[in-house]
Amino acid sequence: MNSKTLLYILKRIGLAILTVWIVITVTFFVTRAVPGGPFLGEKALSPAAQAALEAKYGLDKPVLEQYTTYLGDILFRFDFGPSLKDRGRDVMDIITDGMKVSVRLGVSAAAIATVTGVILGALAALRRNKLVDKVIMVVTTAFVSMPSFIMGTLLLLLFALVLKWVPANGAMQGGMVLPIITLALYPAAYITRLTRSSMLDVLGQDYIRTARAKGVSPTKVIFGHALKNSLIPVITYLGPMLAYIVTGSLVVEQIFAVPGIGRDFVNSITNRDYPLIMGTTIVLATLIVVMNLVSDIMYKVVDPRITLE
Amino acid sequence: MKKKPFDFLNMHVDVNDFIPATAEEKEYMVQMRPSTTFFKDGVKRLLKNPVATVSFVIIVLITLASIFLPMFWPYGYEQQLGQEWGKPMDPSYNNLAPFEYGKTELARMEAGENITPHIFGTDSQGRDYFIRVVYGTRISLAVGFFASIIVLIIGMTIGSIAGYIGGKVDIFIMRVVDIIYSLPDTLMVILLASVMKVTLGSLIEGTILEKLGSNMISLFIVFALLYWVSMSRLIRGQILSLREQEYVLAAKAAGAKSGWVIRKHLIPNCISVIIISTALQIPNAIFTESYLSFLGLGVNAPMPSLGSLASDALNGIMSYPHRLVIPAIVISLIVLSLNLFGDGLRDAFDPKLKN
Repeated sequence: MNSKTLLYILKRIGLAILTVWIVITVTFFVTRAVPGGPFLGEKALSPAAQAALEAKYGLDKPVLEQYTTYLGDILFRFDFGPSLKDRGRDVMDIITDGMKVSVRLGVSAAAIATVTGVILGALAALRRNKLVDKVIMVVTTAFVSMPSFIMGTLLLLLFALVLKWVPANGAMQGGMVLPIITLALYPAAYITRLTRSSMLDVLGQDYIRTARAKGVSPTKVIFGHALKNSLIPVITYLGPMLAYIVTGSLVVEQIFAVPGIGRDFVNSITNRDYPLIMGTTIVLATLIVVMNLVSDIMYKVVDPRITLE
Repeated sequence: MKKKPFDFLNMHVDVNDFIPATAEEKEYMVQMRPSTTFFKDGVKRLLKNPVATVSFVIIVLITLASIFLPMFWPYGYEQQLGQEWGKPMDPSYNNLAPFEYGKTELARMEAGENITPHIFGTDSQGRDYFIRVVYGTRISLAVGFFASIIVLIIGMTIGSIAGYIGGKVDIFIMRVVDIIYSLPDTLMVILLASVMKVTLGSLIEGTILEKLGSNMISLFIVFALLYWVSMSRLIRGQILSLREQEYVLAAKAAGAKSGWVIRKHLIPNCISVIIISTALQIPNAIFTESYLSFLGLGVNAPMPSLGSLASDALNGIMSYPHRLVIPAIVISLIVLSLNLFGDGLRDAFDPKLKN
């Protein structure tokens, strides 16, 4: 790693920190614009009760002071305040509970998507313009154009109503198979297309011809030379894939009644539970920003040929 | 006649070369077809692409249907068929299966009246589902179209300013773009939409905007705030390479001002890139709108959108699966054909991008 790469990494980390700070600031000021402030909800209160609540949450202090307190609470104590609807519970508790479920869901989906995507993509590239390739391309095109909530509801319909494999009410206790498949389909299709095009690119390179010419076995050419190099673009997709899985899980958890952070988030929107909205937005946004950072840096480190900026 | 190897070096003049051309030979020189323009050439290439053509036909058909069908369809999207003035609610109209009729309608049919069938049945409140799907399609298409126009205008203005002026302005704008680009857009959209829904409600009361609904406006604001960045990046890149061209120098030497150079020379030259990315932006916007509607942040009830129809249908999924499947198919069809058409446009109008 030379100094230029290091400078790039430092710059990227700086941008990531700036982004997270902006997210926090935006969530703070945007939710302050809500009539009554984020902690009061919409119920009409007596002036005395209102004043008491405002004092409790520090809403009577100047905005700038509220902001610094809020920032300090988040950064040093991971404290997002109490939930509005779920009295007595802290937003952070709700988030950690939800995360336990959602991380399992998301990681499984990401793993399945990457493995199937790479295998299918490589297969399509090696059988270019054959029937397998065409079928794979048509199917992935269809999946890429289907919003996750459509995919999820259609799968639910198929498995619950037509095939009767899962309970009809959609609430499957511990049954994570359908939500995982739903979440994995889009990224799997995307990675397939990505791997296919980069594999085709690599297969046309001189060093592949050289390897073949000197008698390297086809398997070794494919796995040792071609596949390894064609995976580089896939690395760049890891960040966006996580972003997709996070946003996708919002609806998928809703559809399949998975008790994860996505469902908490959606419920917090319908309940107008602003502290929870703020907390979830900040946590998920940070997750996405960090993942983007990691995939960008990995991209740069893995392939020294790439010169960014 | 047999040709010798170095025949072309022969200085001997052949008399046959000077005979006037026959009619047949003259015809050979006639221009076979009118010269083509960039636009015509692109359209020709587009028409040769069957996938793109079929997609375009589907988009046009869906658009026309969503515009014109409500004009003569006998039911309204918010009209509860079981409810008649001065009479108790007639529950026989609720949850009709496709091509079924309500009680009074059956009676009227007995009397020989012609009743438009409820092609997709009715929903739980006795509203004709077909017309709701048509209206939902109209909303989704309109959102996609106008959001893309907003993105186009903002992205084009800022991108061309950054690319043309360059220097510090460019660096500043590109930093802002970088930051907005790295924001997790969907989360920000949800946050902004959920807050603006409340805040805007009181602000727009009594104006024309109220009819549009606070959700719709917040959706457009969010698009305008967040989604212009990739468009402006693209246009900046184009302009950066174009402004070094000789014809720009010539125009400047002739005394052209910046605005003129941007409008008359730079924008027309990156128009194909602009059209293509705008076309690909539309399905994106439709995607986002239906996603937000599904989360309950889209259009205000009773106005339907494809996303909100799908999300409403989720509750009765086991008894009335068709109510979910229909909007799902329509959304997928629209997004798929717009995507395929956009790809076709790219192949046809930007041959450079093909590889």
